[in-house]
Amino acid sequence: MDFSRPQFNQRIVIRNGRVIDPKQVLDQKADVYIADGVIASIGDAPVGFKPDLEFDANNMLVIPGAVDLCARVREPGQTQKGNIHTETHAAAAAGITHLCCPPDTNPVLDTRAVAALIQERAYQSGYAHVMPIGALTRGLEGEQLSEMHALREAGCIGVSQLRRPVKDSQVLMRCLEYASTFDLIVFFQSEDQSISPRGGMHAGPTATRLGLPGIPESAETIALSRDLLLVEQTGVQAHFGQISCARSVELIANAQALGLKVTADVAVHQLYLTDNMIDGFNSAYHVRPPARTEADRQALIDGVKSGVISMLCSDHQPHEAAAKAEPFPTTEAGISAFSHFLPLSYELVSQGVLSESEWVQRIAMNPAHLIGLDAGHLGVGSNANLCVFDPNMEWTLKKENVYSQGKNTPFLGRTMPGRVELTLRDGTISFRRG
Amino acid sequence: MTPTIPPHQLQLTPQGQLRHFLTTEGLSTELLTEILDTAESFVSVGKQAVKKVPLLRGKTVVNLFFEASTRTRTTFELAAKRLSADVLNINISTSATSKGESLMDMLWNLEAMDSDMFVVRHEASGAPHFIAEHVTPTVAVINAGDGRHAHPTQAMLDMYTIRRHKGDFRNLKVAIVGDVLHSRVARSQVHALRGLNVGEVRVIGPKTLIPTDFDTLGAKIYYDMVKGLKDVDVVIMLRLQKERMQSALLPSESEFYRLYGLTTEKLAFAKPDAIVMHPGPINRGVEIESAVADCSQSVILQQVNYGIAVRMAVLSMAMSGQTDMQNALEGGDA
Amino acid sequence: MIMPEVAPLLDSMASDITKTVYPKHNKRPAMVGIHTGGAWLAKELHASLGLKQPLGLMDISFYRDDFQGKGLHPQVQPSNLPFNVEGQHIILVDDVIMSGRTIRAALNELFDYGRPACVSLVALVDLPRRELPIQPDVWGIRMDLEPQQRIKLSGPEPLTLTLIESNA
Repeated sequence: MDFSRPQFNQRIVIRNGRVIDPKQVLDQKADVYIADGVIASIGDAPVGFKPDLEFDANNMLVIPGAVDLCARVREPGQTQKGNIHTETHAAAAAGITHLCCPPDTNPVLDTRAVAALIQERAYQSGYAHVMPIGALTRGLEGEQLSEMHALREAGCIGVSQLRRPVKDSQVLMRCLEYASTFDLIVFFQSEDQSISPRGGMHAGPTATRLGLPGIPESAETIALSRDLLLVEQTGVQAHFGQISCARSVELIANAQALGLKVTADVAVHQLYLTDNMIDGFNSAYHVRPPARTEADRQALIDGVKSGVISMLCSDHQPHEAAAKAEPFPTTEAGISAFSHFLPLSYELVSQGVLSESEWVQRIAMNPAHLIGLDAGHLGVGSNANLCVFDPNMEWTLKKENVYSQGKNTPFLGRTMPGRVELTLRDGTISFRRG
Repeated sequence: MTPTIPPHQLQLTPQGQLRHFLTTEGLSTELLTEILDTAESFVSVGKQAVKKVPLLRGKTVVNLFFEASTRTRTTFELAAKRLSADVLNINISTSATSKGESLMDMLWNLEAMDSDMFVVRHEASGAPHFIAEHVTPTVAVINAGDGRHAHPTQAMLDMYTIRRHKGDFRNLKVAIVGDVLHSRVARSQVHALRGLNVGEVRVIGPKTLIPTDFDTLGAKIYYDMVKGLKDVDVVIMLRLQKERMQSALLPSESEFYRLYGLTTEKLAFAKPDAIVMHPGPINRGVEIESAVADCSQSVILQQVNYGIAVRMAVLSMAMSGQTDMQNALEGGDA
Repeated sequence: MIMPEVAPLLDSMASDITKTVYPKHNKRPAMVGIHTGGAWLAKELHASLGLKQPLGLMDISFYRDDFQGKGLHPQVQPSNLPFNVEGQHIILVDDVIMSGRTIRAALNELFDYGRPACVSLVALVDLPRRELPIQPDVWGIRMDLEPQQRIKLSGPEPLTLTLIESNA
């Protein structure tokens, strides 16, 4: 593992790459010049430019660094699973320059102190920006409002109740009203806990055969419907994260058609996993929301294609080995997802689901735009947050090449179609292969 | 993707012998029949003056019961002892493991004691499979019931009972009545019946207790007990646990009894020589009328008897399969 | 190679039993036949010797020492020894004695029932390919066969000896 400090303020030129920036409607072979932490020029060299480093990106893609809307860095409080240093390093190796971490840290992200700590630690490590998502309710207990304004001032780009229950509709309604006072985005992970048993999988023939607790799709759609109705009523800006079924895609599409300020993302692994893969009680497939049917998977892919689901996230959840070394129902849910985030989302391009430009929109431009970040694009004069991705380099995912502290992924042994070769964060190299 | 070997494959040697006994799912008719035939020979041993045979002499069988169960544990203990094995009983409540020692750590400690076989009961579906995947490959793992997934030895003794009293499975209609949703026994029974080419298997109960996709396992679903029992040769009643009334699955015992309890009147819809079975312990007046439990068609008590012989069969077959695999790996020849 | 008739062998064996085995006992012995061939023979001998004690039958499948390799033979007959083994004089009957392992298993099983006063061994055919130090007290015929040849008793009616060539 490379823990060395990245170098600052180099003059860098990335040559011969295919530069893709949907914001500028740019997709062409060009050289990219970086100086003083910003993109100095695309195409022609700035006058008198002497590079400290030349990187040959022939046959590779030069794209904005990914902006990951949901990734857990496990700090503070869960450092047996990972920490900001290891996880932002893994993010950089995965082509990510900005990531949003959910508030279920320990202590919960409901105070300025915790928000500041996280950003400070991320800055010290220097690999990637970590933007905190604050807790919607105090302690995430679902009863009292959190100090949402203070959290926004402390750098939180939104608030969320995650999958924890809220006491009742009245409390939720008031939380949303309060959040919308300050134009805070509310990140929803809609789930009705009463029908989402712990240690479960999608309620279907495989769950019945394996005798595992079943989580029906209505666990998501019931909560999603309620959430959408309250979004409509309160006018809050809402983002629905990690949806899992066809019906949810429909509900989101309807809401968007009504003109509600609603966006959605799906975790990349949700586009590849189905419930029947759990045949051998493999806890690597234990995720929440659960992997559902093939029809759901196809509907999610269609939703990504059509743009109803306009963003892709990793839902990175690293775990220590012991958390997964148990019978399925007693294991913790979650996949260490950084490693497959770019390659498997890029595979959608080779499958004809997305164009390269659309891919970049889903993983970088749209998430950045949602949270009001000046990132996800390669505008001249803006901070150089970018990644060089080689789509021709096939490699096999193995424990040894997972950068995250957590090696819990069902994709071990799978061929990955494409690899990150270089990542710059604000003009400094945060990751370089080799 | 990371490959895992599902339980129905993990439990077999490359030659198709049992080396663990995790589930009745996926077992061939030949193997299922071999288990029943082997059990047959042990039934006669049980009638002899000397009930012990030396098949597992020198072997250590560990009863790992994470879920308390006196009945099942004592029959396994008796079966192992009749095979001349040394038996260790380890009762761990799940709270003990949550106090710090992980399942993996416990397994490593047990392995250090040179055990040859684990008999495992656990409330988590897939626990015996997990154990079989992670222990030394020479240790045979016998599933004594895991969550809602499987209870293969119970299903086999039920199959033995049916064969003993009814003969050829191909002509039979078998009905399983009650809380199928939570029943590992029902799942194992359906797999075994299908593997033995039963004529028809039905499950009967209210919608709250029968998963809608249970038909994908090969059983016909009936919500009406009278219709479901029509012309049936074997009626298997499942135990109804008191907790079901508390979790909004059933309104009351009396309503359940009225609709799905096996009374003399309802039994009359089955064939006149139909047999009545129950994995036990029975709840008189809840799922079965007292008179029916004690009537001449009931074979409930015999089931208990056959349980020892069936478990002796499974223990010795699995031990034999493991030893064969070891010999093959070491290049030895039988 | 012509196989001998079984009936005359049984006659000579019965005669040998009275001459060599009876003198060892101070009372009339009980007889135990080993399934399946030994059981058939024991029935004949029991009748022709007019033994008073009921005939005992044993299946030694569970006592075999090759259980680990060959697995269980599912068609096991129940063993039935309808007399007290403790202090009993016993005549053990088997069809073919070859390695001696079957007899070893039979003795083990017998001793699980009790402690006999003595055990005499009667075999129809003695194939001297011992792997254990066990010899019959009475035998019908001793045969020397080629390594790939075996002998088999079929029955119960008529009892016939057959030579088997195995390719293994």
